[in-house]
Amino acid sequence: MSLIKVRDLAKSYRSGDETVEALRGVDIRIAQGEFITIMGQSGSGKSTLLSVLGGLNRPSRGTVEMAGIDLYALSGERLADFRSERLGFVFQSFNLIPYLTALENVMLPLAIRRMKGKQKIAAAREALSRVGLGAKADRLPNALSGGEQERVAIARAVVNRPHILLADEPTGNLDSKTSREMMDLFRALNQAGQTVVMVTHNPENCDYSDRTIQLKDGLVVAQG
Amino acid sequence: MRLHNISFNNLRRRKSKLAFLIVGLTIGIATIVTLVTLTKSMSGDIERKMDEFGANILITPQQNGLAMNYGGINLGGVSFDQKEILESDLSRISTIKNGKNISAVAPKVLGGVRVAGRQVMLVGVLFDKELKLKQWWKIFGEAPKGAGELLLGSDAARVLNVMTGDPLVLKGERFRVTGVLDQTGSQDDSLVFAQLGVAQRLLGKQGRINLVEVAALCSGCPIGDMVLQIAEKLPDAKVSAIQQVVEGRLKALDQFRRFSWAMAGVVVFIGSLIVFVTMMGSVNERTTEIGVFRAIGFRKSHIMRIILLEAAVVGLLAGLLGYWTGMGGAWLALPFMAEGKLVALAWDPLVAFGSLGLSLGLALVASLYPALQASRMDPTEALRAL
Repeated sequence: MSLIKVRDLAKSYRSGDETVEALRGVDIRIAQGEFITIMGQSGSGKSTLLSVLGGLNRPSRGTVEMAGIDLYALSGERLADFRSERLGFVFQSFNLIPYLTALENVMLPLAIRRMKGKQKIAAAREALSRVGLGAKADRLPNALSGGEQERVAIARAVVNRPHILLADEPTGNLDSKTSREMMDLFRALNQAGQTVVMVTHNPENCDYSDRTIQLKDGLVVAQG
Repeated sequence: MRLHNISFNNLRRRKSKLAFLIVGLTIGIATIVTLVTLTKSMSGDIERKMDEFGANILITPQQNGLAMNYGGINLGGVSFDQKEILESDLSRISTIKNGKNISAVAPKVLGGVRVAGRQVMLVGVLFDKELKLKQWWKIFGEAPKGAGELLLGSDAARVLNVMTGDPLVLKGERFRVTGVLDQTGSQDDSLVFAQLGVAQRLLGKQGRINLVEVAALCSGCPIGDMVLQIAEKLPDAKVSAIQQVVEGRLKALDQFRRFSWAMAGVVVFIGSLIVFVTMMGSVNERTTEIGVFRAIGFRKSHIMRIILLEAAVVGLLAGLLGYWTGMGGAWLALPFMAEGKLVALAWDPLVAFGSLGLSLGLALVASLYPALQASRMDPTEALRAL
């Protein structure tokens, strides 16, 4: 049973006078609990695919079905609700909010949830513990190392227990040792049942995943 | 963690930006508070000064006498040979509902007398009231204090060839000229002024007067109302407002108020512009942050709430600071504006709540467009990395 079904996905956009076809008819299926890496050269369309999967980028053609819901049949605000309830994002440059502590950053997705404050704090502390950063909950991002910031970003992405964790080049800004630690963390989360879809250009990262989707010029050229 | 925590934390940890926003708006609000408070504090003082500067209500006997002109003002049916108002009736004027608005009641008795073979008009006045009413009078010498003293208009003194200190005989009684008026350009120049009681006796009009000039303070009372109130108390007298004086004063006050509001408007506009530009800059600066909020599922309304809540906090703080700074400014400026006279600072709760409301409203209105822009931000554009 596929958690994600992508059918005939195409995305084109204007760049000056040119029309760039970032995706040109992508068909993929991702099962519950899978760890998928998406590889491809720069401009292959991998980041565009991730943003479309994340409900952030309306495709020009095709459908994205997630847990039986046609994502882009939802209105803009319902799509936002869907992201809040079902998806978790880890961005390449972590994108932590600089004026919030690690704990507050992790609690961010819960800020719009109807939950008691204590429950939110408990959930955020638990997420921080899962990424091994429980002791630095009260630090601001600028008082954390790159790896620690990445851990906070991962904790923020999983605090709402999403169906899918989407990560865009999460090791792109890290040294190789920290990168391996992060990939171990992603793997551990996956082994705990978390579906992970990760865009990467580092072939070593593919060793951690169940499956790699190769993209070239907006088309899937290899899977498996 | 709620949305307001995001707003508060942003403001708390970006103190310099918060300070800049607050200072910008505070200056605007403080200027308004200062101007409004000064206007309020001063307008009473200005009104009083203006109202004391000449009469604005005239009381004359009800009659069909011949027209006469006094000081360029048409006195209607006044005739010094006919009916008079009883002096004892004057005490009723102060009993009107707006009695506290009456600044001066200056009764007069008029009559012709021969002096040194010339016919002159003798005017009996209460000098303390008359001097209060005619603050433009410049006397060479001093105003009469005793019964045997006279004040002469400049033309009268010239024609009768008398100077300050000279004696003058009226109806066989010897008087001393204690003062001569500097030229006023009005009918006062050709008059001979004596104490009211003395003039009444000389003219054979004891206890009677020909006209009363009243200086009424317009503040809080339309002059028309006071005219009606006096007319009720003195049914046999004709009470009329000197419209050109009243209108002139109202217009001058209105201009003063308009000037203050225009000044305040300009400063408020600049203050709002500062908030708008800073909030717009802040939104642009926070593009990535807003992109993250949207990516993790914040609705457009959530983004707007965060931005507008920040604006509301800025507005409230600037309102409070602006009010107190403005009152401080008014307190400092008032002694200079009021020419050293003791004028009380007008503490008006309406100004306090008004400045707070205005500041809040301005901050919200100026931030509305930046907040809308932020909420409409495309998360993929905002994040770029995705």
